[in-house]
Amino acid sequence: MASRPGALSPGPVTRALRGDIPASLWRQASRRFARNRAAMGSIVVLLLITVTSIAVPMFWPHGIEDASWEAILAPPSFADWHWFGTDANGRDLLVRVFYGGRISLAIGVLTTVVALLIGVTWGTVAGYLGGRIDGFMMRFVDILYALPLLFFIIILVTVFGRNIFLVFMAIGAVEWLTMSRIVRGQTLSVKAKEYVESAVAIGLPKPVILWRYIVPNVLGPVVVYVTLLIPTNIVVESYLSFLGLGVQEPLTSWGLLISQGAGQLDSAPWLIAFPATFLAVTMFCFNFIGDGLRDALDPRDR
Amino acid sequence: MLNYTLRRLGIAIPTLFIIVTAAFFLMRLAPGGPFDAEADLEPEVLENIRASYDLDKPLLTQYRLFLQRAVRGDFGPSLVYKDYSVTELIAIGLPVSIQLGLLAKLLALVLGCTGGIVAALRQNTTVDHAVMAMAMTGIALPAFVTAPILALVFGLYLKLLPVAGWDDGAWRNLVLPVVALALPQVAVIARLMRGGMLEVLRASFVRTARARGLGEARIVTRHVLPTALIPLVGYLGPALAGIMTGSLVIELIFNLPGVGRYFVQGALNRDYPLVMGIVIVYATFIILFNLLSDLAYAGLDPRVRKAYR
Repeated sequence: MASRPGALSPGPVTRALRGDIPASLWRQASRRFARNRAAMGSIVVLLLITVTSIAVPMFWPHGIEDASWEAILAPPSFADWHWFGTDANGRDLLVRVFYGGRISLAIGVLTTVVALLIGVTWGTVAGYLGGRIDGFMMRFVDILYALPLLFFIIILVTVFGRNIFLVFMAIGAVEWLTMSRIVRGQTLSVKAKEYVESAVAIGLPKPVILWRYIVPNVLGPVVVYVTLLIPTNIVVESYLSFLGLGVQEPLTSWGLLISQGAGQLDSAPWLIAFPATFLAVTMFCFNFIGDGLRDALDPRDR
Repeated sequence: MLNYTLRRLGIAIPTLFIIVTAAFFLMRLAPGGPFDAEADLEPEVLENIRASYDLDKPLLTQYRLFLQRAVRGDFGPSLVYKDYSVTELIAIGLPVSIQLGLLAKLLALVLGCTGGIVAALRQNTTVDHAVMAMAMTGIALPAFVTAPILALVFGLYLKLLPVAGWDDGAWRNLVLPVVALALPQVAVIARLMRGGMLEVLRASFVRTARARGLGEARIVTRHVLPTALIPLVGYLGPALAGIMTGSLVIELIFNLPGVGRYFVQGALNRDYPLVMGIVIVYATFIILFNLLSDLAYAGLDPRVRKAYR
């Protein structure tokens, strides 16, 4: 049949082949996101910070523990490769800032992964099963919600000793609560959709329905929350390190560097300035990305 | 509403009990004891000291004794601050923390609401962008970064205000800690307020009010604000509980005799009674304020009540 343009409106297949079919939700969202300059810039900056944190300590002339007696509390200068200056032990600050970046970022990401795994599992299971199990699971979350979280982390860390793995677990284990609430709410609305009904009708087992049909469709708000949880967790770790309960020497993190710098603010302001700047820029980036994702996934707000 | 209140109370009391129990056993399971530092004690002396604090009894007996006393508000003597009972230490620290937290919260509310409202009314103008940029900075800079910088600039360089200390709550000593504590909250409140305002400003009842020729000021104060404030209520409950927990780091930086400082030092020194006492007081506050904010929310929003029926 010869096609006569304009005679009939083209069917969906034709439009899809021509590429003018309305794009999928995720494609539309990624287009909107790509137009958000603050968010795209933040991704670039964040990648840069990550890559340099990994790479710089590998080839920098100073190691994180190399103390030099000739350069105690030396201000930043390009001589001797002490670009960010040195600390009270004559250790190069630049390499320590990047090394601390590795740990701070790793803690931020890993604790969020812990929170993500627990929260998404808990939320989807509670929301999908519903009824008494749901009531019990969410009541449990309510109870944990009332805990003074920072306090419990402090108790946990003092009780079980200060090792970095415990810091991961403690932060992750208390930060999954909001995640589980968000996921449960989403699950409740997704559960009522026809495609889930049809999956039930063809007799798929529950774990498959959860994993293949529910989880992918609740991820939108979760992604937004994750980008906001990573910086929150970095700050929580910084608080702990600041109180002397987090990362221990000779390892270091931005929080620990800031707390050491705060003590010598008057004589050596660079000791706090550089790690604080890196921390703040990272916070900015994650928040911009989070805002960008929210706007992209939920365009009503703009 | 009564049903809802009772149900929430039914959660609150077991919650408190679970927190207290968990904290008790966690502290006792910890390796190391409160008298480790005094290494040169004779074993008999150490035994006597432990006995006088009931630490030689079986764990469950200690737990029972502890609960019996705690119900009467007696948390026992502090193990580290000798001659002080835990109740006395909390009585010293609590007013400091509350004063600090309350002033900071008030400042944050005033600044945050003003900023958020102005930003929303002037959406996408320079004013809006400036307010939101400042809010972003407030979120990006944790209190333990701003506090030392404030102390350096206003205390050491300009010599306007004392760098640290309490001085019985003299206003000059309060300014820096309160500002440092308030800044991140200003940011959160401003963003919440702006979001709430923008949503309501687009609502149809506001358009109706405009169409009827109401003045802009009247529209904002009478129609927009009451609705736009609702998200803030949800934020304020937990935030009020945070009045006390929030100032932990600030108390350490500015060397203020608040509860937070006792808590950190107590935890580091394994001063069991002190830590337990503070956890109980904090948990009670948090649970109470969460309860109040949930009730306020349920009062404002019938959908919340329905979910619990």
